[in-house]
Amino acid sequence: MSIAWYLAVSAIVFSLGALGVMTRRNPLVVLLCLELMLNGGNLALIAFSRMWGNGDGQILAIVVMTVAACEVCIGLGMIVAIYRRQLPIDVDELRELQG
Amino acid sequence: MSSVLFFLAAIGVISGAVGVVVLRNPFFSVLALVAHLVSLAVLFLLLRAEFVAAVQVVVYAGAVMVLYVFVVAYVGGESDSIGERLRSYNGSAGGSGSVGSALRLGGAILGGALLVELLIALLGTGLEATSGYGAGYVPGPKTYGTPAYIGNLLLTRFLLVFELASFLLLIAAVGGVVLARRRGGIGEADEHETFVPLDALRPRGTGTTAEGVGARRQPS
Repeated sequence: MSIAWYLAVSAIVFSLGALGVMTRRNPLVVLLCLELMLNGGNLALIAFSRMWGNGDGQILAIVVMTVAACEVCIGLGMIVAIYRRQLPIDVDELRELQG
Repeated sequence: MSSVLFFLAAIGVISGAVGVVVLRNPFFSVLALVAHLVSLAVLFLLLRAEFVAAVQVVVYAGAVMVLYVFVVAYVGGESDSIGERLRSYNGSAGGSGSVGSALRLGGAILGGALLVELLIALLGTGLEATSGYGAGYVPGPKTYGTPAYIGNLLLTRFLLVFELASFLLLIAAVGGVVLARRRGGIGEADEHETFVPLDALRPRGTGTTAEGVGARRQPS
């Protein structure tokens, strides 16, 4: 398959992730959709790496995976903290930062 | 053969992503994401990225997803129907009934616009190589994508990136512990303190960190 097909799949996955981030209200699912967006970016990086025949894009993809793991760690820690303080698990009702 | 495999994996990837966005129960969303990640690893293999595919399956679909399942089980992934929640929310806010569906429609329109823009940016750029099959590939132990190649790059050209990533992981681990710790303080956690014989032998204030900051009483 030519590289363009992989790029189309990565664009579709990224847009689906963005759609989920915008429409879902459970912060757990918002984090999952962020993972989808990062995976779309990863697929594009690896497709470009294949296109030029060197491994720099793959290194960047591994770094993106590391960042995603950090984001999961912090995000899930925040969700557990929210749950411990008996606040609603809902991104629309957590509005203390709105001032 | 490879195009059949590509289409199968692409269908898996896209349906997994749709499942994550659409399914009501967060637990099923996590399972859909696992299916998505495994199909994505097949795509990575087709793109000759063996090491990244292995890392994807082991780290992502294995470890990170187990973390998600733990938190879903802990928080209690109640299957909240979005429509019901929005209706009750709007009812309590004073009955502007169509806000929820308008928001969802707006989200869908924005997502579609983003997709069109990305497709134009990625495919309509006129890059010659985009329509090609990529650079030549000779199988062997040292070609790009193998663990030897990736490890060589990580420890020579990208050493700084590697160290920064490890530092970032350390910060995230500490941050996760700080965020999710018990709020009542350290002293509350170990009320039933057991007597450790070695504590009597060492001088005061030289024991654990909790002792150093005065959170636990020192052995007398």
